[in-house]
Amino acid sequence: MTTKLTPGKLTRRHVLAASATATGAAFVTPVRAAPPEAQQITPALIEAAKKEGKVTWYTSVDLPVAEKVAKAFEAKYPGITARVERSGAERNFSRIGQEYASKIYVCDVVNSSDAAHLIVWKRGGLLAPYVPQDVAQYFPPEHKDPDGMYASWRITLSPIAYNTRLVKPEDAPKGFADLLDPKWMGKIVKAHPGYSGTIMTATQQLSRDLGWGYFEKLAKQKVMQVQSAADPPKKLALGERAVMADGGEYVVSELRTRGEPIEEVYAIEGTPLVTGPSAIMARAANPNAARLFTAWSMTAEAQQMNVDVGALRSAHPLVKERPDRRKLADVKTLREDAAAVADQADDIKARYTKLFKV
Amino acid sequence: MKRTFDLSRPVLIAVAALLAVMIVLPVGWLVVYAFSSKEGGASLGNFATLFTDPTFVDPLITTLIIAVSVSLLCCAIAAPLGWLVARTDMPLARSVRTLVMASLVTPPFVGAIAWEMLAAPNSGLLNQLWRSLTGMPADEALLDIYSLEGLIFVIACYTFPYVFILVANALDRMPGELEDASSMLGAKTWDTARRITVPLALPTLLAGALVAFLQAMNLFGSPAILAIPAGFHTLTTRIWSLFQFPPKPELAAAASLPLLVLTVLLLRAQAMALGRRGYAVLGGKYGEPRLIKLGALKWPAAGLALLVLAMPLFLPYAALFNSAFSRVASRVISFETATLHNFRFTFFELSSTMPALKNTFLLATSTATVGALLALLIAYIVARKAVAGHRVLGFLATAPLAIPGIVLGVGLFLAYTRPPLTLYGTLWILLIAFVTIELPAAYQQLSSAFHAVHPELEEAGRMLGASRLRTLADITAPLLRSAVIATWCFIFVAVIRELSAAVILFTSDTKVLSVLIFDLKESGDVGAIAVLSLVMVAITTVVVAAANRLGGTRTAGRLHARAAG
Repeated sequence: MTTKLTPGKLTRRHVLAASATATGAAFVTPVRAAPPEAQQITPALIEAAKKEGKVTWYTSVDLPVAEKVAKAFEAKYPGITARVERSGAERNFSRIGQEYASKIYVCDVVNSSDAAHLIVWKRGGLLAPYVPQDVAQYFPPEHKDPDGMYASWRITLSPIAYNTRLVKPEDAPKGFADLLDPKWMGKIVKAHPGYSGTIMTATQQLSRDLGWGYFEKLAKQKVMQVQSAADPPKKLALGERAVMADGGEYVVSELRTRGEPIEEVYAIEGTPLVTGPSAIMARAANPNAARLFTAWSMTAEAQQMNVDVGALRSAHPLVKERPDRRKLADVKTLREDAAAVADQADDIKARYTKLFKV
Repeated sequence: MKRTFDLSRPVLIAVAALLAVMIVLPVGWLVVYAFSSKEGGASLGNFATLFTDPTFVDPLITTLIIAVSVSLLCCAIAAPLGWLVARTDMPLARSVRTLVMASLVTPPFVGAIAWEMLAAPNSGLLNQLWRSLTGMPADEALLDIYSLEGLIFVIACYTFPYVFILVANALDRMPGELEDASSMLGAKTWDTARRITVPLALPTLLAGALVAFLQAMNLFGSPAILAIPAGFHTLTTRIWSLFQFPPKPELAAAASLPLLVLTVLLLRAQAMALGRRGYAVLGGKYGEPRLIKLGALKWPAAGLALLVLAMPLFLPYAALFNSAFSRVASRVISFETATLHNFRFTFFELSSTMPALKNTFLLATSTATVGALLALLIAYIVARKAVAGHRVLGFLATAPLAIPGIVLGVGLFLAYTRPPLTLYGTLWILLIAFVTIELPAAYQQLSSAFHAVHPELEEAGRMLGASRLRTLADITAPLLRSAVIATWCFIFVAVIRELSAAVILFTSDTKVLSVLIFDLKESGDVGAIAVLSLVMVAITTVVVAAANRLGGTRTAGRLHARAAG
């Protein structure tokens, strides 16, 4: 790190000290004068990363996408293995908590589909500041932390979708209110906010804009409850359910590209917007490999691959959108409010469990 | 017994202390946490929540309904099947017996996933077949696996073998003379069955019912896979859900105690039921049991037995094979559509596969070795009454039987995430968990092996002039060797399929195969699951086959009821 030391500024050493007492230090947001300087991928960084030889990446992105990203990184920087630890964002969040409480520092880079997690980790001093060149130069301000702790590695939506063999386009729901129609009884699949960060984020937005009454009524529709936001689209592809109430847009697009009978619906009420920021852990066992991985993952090249191969959306303005899909700017989205999710997450889980019984 | 065994005292104390720590530490922390409030003070608040909050009361009731139903269903299937196999001239009896054992090799959660592929209401292969045969409309279903009934059925599929083994073994041992006497006194075949065979088999059946009840109550994998999509919890899945953020270990500990208490009570009941079994084998030698002639019903009976076996075995494996080679699991593959995509993904792209396989192997091998040696040591001390106080060891070695896997997982998590032994995050904590879980079965196998080698045999050898060493080498060792090998193999198999403790105790570096499959399930990666399940079952089958070869088929019957995940 070449961060300059200015008064009042949080250095890596401070973060290290803070993370030792991480659980006790929650809700202390560090004050910072200016974000750390942007970092290039230098030969020295690559060399140091190769010496470490591996990076462990905790992510909640759908497993096949995560493994492709890891393989692309390994191909770009031979000699460094990228290990993917994929689980639901909420599950990863608990696990990192448990692991840190037991002084286990396996995670180098973390990516969560629940942006609130990054806020909590930042408050707890668990993150190391690092600003890749691309983030500093290209990413819009709403997609990067002012203190340089994290930036949006991916953006996705949580749309409605349906199986085109089971539902005719004209019969498909147009929005969330339509899902409450008795004709969808027993035909809906949805994922769980206690497991998936995408769904946690979406649930917060929908409960805010449509009210909890929407979920109350939805719970009476004999919904098939799965865990991951990646699962509802797969259940549609299987033909197990006709409609999904929520789930990852990128998984829907990816399945449709493969020729599965599935089509997304951007609800008339607006579609939940879900950003998935990435950060480097302050206690990363492989800090250089973590920086290299992060810097690479934010480049236009890697971000373009996220879009082309993983059907994710990107905050990088140089990245071209997929031609087979509506542009993000043309989708009516609901407002994302990570800070509100951070405050309400426990309450959302409790209310949800009460309504849906699991 | 007057044997010189002077080192025995310290060994006894060391082993007893080790066992005590293994059991007392997790259970102790469990009790402490159960009676603590979130802030750490003593409290009964957790129990108040447990017995008033519907999110706990409902799973408790559901669990009891499941356990009772599974138990009844298992008896209803296993008793007639056991009787057909052991006491009639049904064709294929031997194969049926072997295949029931084979179905035991399937981890229950793999069975549950396979049954999802078969009987999910819309995409299930059986439902699709039914619709194409009968023209039933697309939104109606013959079977719905995501229901209480579906869950009970799937649990019963992988629980009835335990009851079957108990019943069939008991019927094997039942003296034919009693039945002969009955028919000589003029009773008809069916009267004899009703008045002699059934009453004699009843205690065993009761014991079997209790085993099935315990299995169903403490099972985690199948309910996690089938109950959650259906929108309900069992007690085990509810306990597991308490580890979601923010984790509530106090409540998890409190919710574990009912499972623990019920298990202890039921095991006592089982011991009482089985304790009476003795009268069936009183006295000296009996003739071979008489086989009842089924006559024209011979082949229908065999057909029925195979139909029963289709449920845990033929159908699920067909479904797993289908999805392993298919892009979308709900479509039946043909030669044109079959793909190796899932194999490629599992072995070349999925970065957790190899570490998980490595961890699983390492743990299975070390648990089997440590567990078999520990069990051997204890069995020897107890069987040969080597030291005073040997009974305590026998008790301690069987005590873990009363601790359900998920409860042990919670207890170990509480015990080893703190100093002085912070083992969470290492393979050690899993090793301790697995050794603790498998010890009772291992001990029981080896102690019965020691009993089989009655000192009579050793004494006979001595009387014929052999030295003690020679007797040990020529008589005891060969007889025990096969039992030790069989025990080793069965621990190995049981570890490979263990999920309920592992799912609480794993970290990213210590992930095992069962947990990896469970993780893949949550994101719906069915193809990779099918591949990994088949790999897992292939490994298990090879080891069981090796066990049968090395240990003799006799030992295979003792794969203990506790082995399920």
